This record gives sequence, structure tokens and C-alpha cells, in this order.
Amino acid sequence: MAVLDRPVMKPRPTYLNLFAIRMPLPAIVSILHRASGALLFLVGIPLLLCVVQRALAAPEAWAQLRAAFASPLAKLVALALAWAFIHHLLAGIRHLLLDAHIGVELPAARRSAALTLVLAVILTLAVAVRLW
Amino acid sequence: MVTPNRIVVGAHYGWRDWLVQRVTAVAMALYTMLILGMLLWFGGLDFAAWKAAFGNEAFRIATFVFMASLLWHAWVGVRNILMDYIKPVYPRLTLQVLVIAALIGYAGWTLQVLWGAQ
Repeated sequence: MAVLDRPVMKPRPTYLNLFAIRMPLPAIVSILHRASGALLFLVGIPLLLCVVQRALAAPEAWAQLRAAFASPLAKLVALALAWAFIHHLLAGIRHLLLDAHIGVELPAARRSAALTLVLAVILTLAVAVRLW
Repeated sequence: MVTPNRIVVGAHYGWRDWLVQRVTAVAMALYTMLILGMLLWFGGLDFAAWKAAFGNEAFRIATFVFMASLLWHAWVGVRNILMDYIKPVYPRLTLQVLVIAALIGYAGWTLQVLWGAQ
């Protein structure tokens, strides 16, 4: 077969200029899945523990948190983490569907990738509306 | 498959991590639905409702399962990122150890929040 006729040591192109590679939609969803996961690990987990602990301490601490949360910077951080969580969750659900062989053909995979990106932004905007 | 390429700072070989990542993801998705349901049910959150939720042992255990899933999930994910971008063994090992230390610290912190002095 043709596959077996290929030379074993065929030199592979190593052209990895990320700004010149045109990434298809599923690749964008994938790298954002990774980036959002990294953000949730680096900032999300410690902040979550910190906030939950403070919020349980006393009614005054709860009120303090609410006041701190009124600042635009805190809202932006919360919004960034909300996007990271929502995108990671949606891309993860897409991943599980792909694992189950649902939507693995290219057109369907493109559609679900677009849906993931758009839905994550829409839900993040809904969170933004709720925050402001 | 037996391969001579197994490295100590690599993945666990086989399908265990693949499965762990999915099982923990589903556990966290279920907990997320629980939280959303509670927020809708109570129509928001005040200190009394928040405190009452964490006063419930079943909720604390559910939260602990969520946090354990989160920390395990984070380990598999972050380790994959380190394997992709950090190739030399010692920097990778150092970062992996730091990540493990952080995750174990977070686990202790979680226990403190859930079952520490109330």
C-alpha cells in the first residue's frame, strides 16, 4: 500500500509561526480550552477558596466582599474568570460529545466549535449584565 | 504497549488519565448544575442562605467531591501543558512538584474551609 511505500525518515516541516498559521475554528476552541484551564488553575482556584472562606467568616466579611466586588477591576476579574469557566465547560461538553463519536465529521465539528465560542461569549455577556 | 520511551516526568501511560479527566469533569458539571439550581431556587444569595448551605453536611460533602475533582482535573490538565511546553527534565520536574505542592495545599485549605473551626 501507498502508506508503506513512504520513506521512513521523511523530513517533516517545522514551520510554527503562530501568527502565520491560519487556525481553523476547532483549533481556536482547543487553544482557548487550554488557556482558560490555565487561568482557572493559576487564578481561579486560589481566588475561589479565598472568597468562599472570607464569605463564610462573618456577616461583616460578607458585606466587605460585596463592597470590594463593586469596584470595576474586581468585576473585570470576575468576568474574565466567568468567561474562562464557561468556555472551559462548553468546550469540555463538546469534547465529551466528540468522545462519544457525536459530531466528529468536519462540518459538524466546525459548527459545534463556532457554537462553543459564540455561546461562551453570550453567556459571559449575560454574567456582565448581571454584574453591572 | 511496552515502549522504551516512558519517562518519569511524562504521563501515566494508558487510558487512566483520559478517563479521570472525563469523570472529574462530569462530577464538576453536576455540582455546577446544583449551584445554579440553588441560586435560582433562592433567587440570589445572602449571607444567611450562604451560611445555611455550608451548614448542611450533605452540601459540604458535595462541595468536597467537587473540589477533589477540580484539583485532580487540574493536575492532569496542567501536567499536559507542562509536557507540551517544557521539554528539559529538571525544569519540568520542578514545575510539576510546585504544581503538586500547590494542589495539596489547596486540598488542605478546602478541608479547613469546609470542616475547620466554624
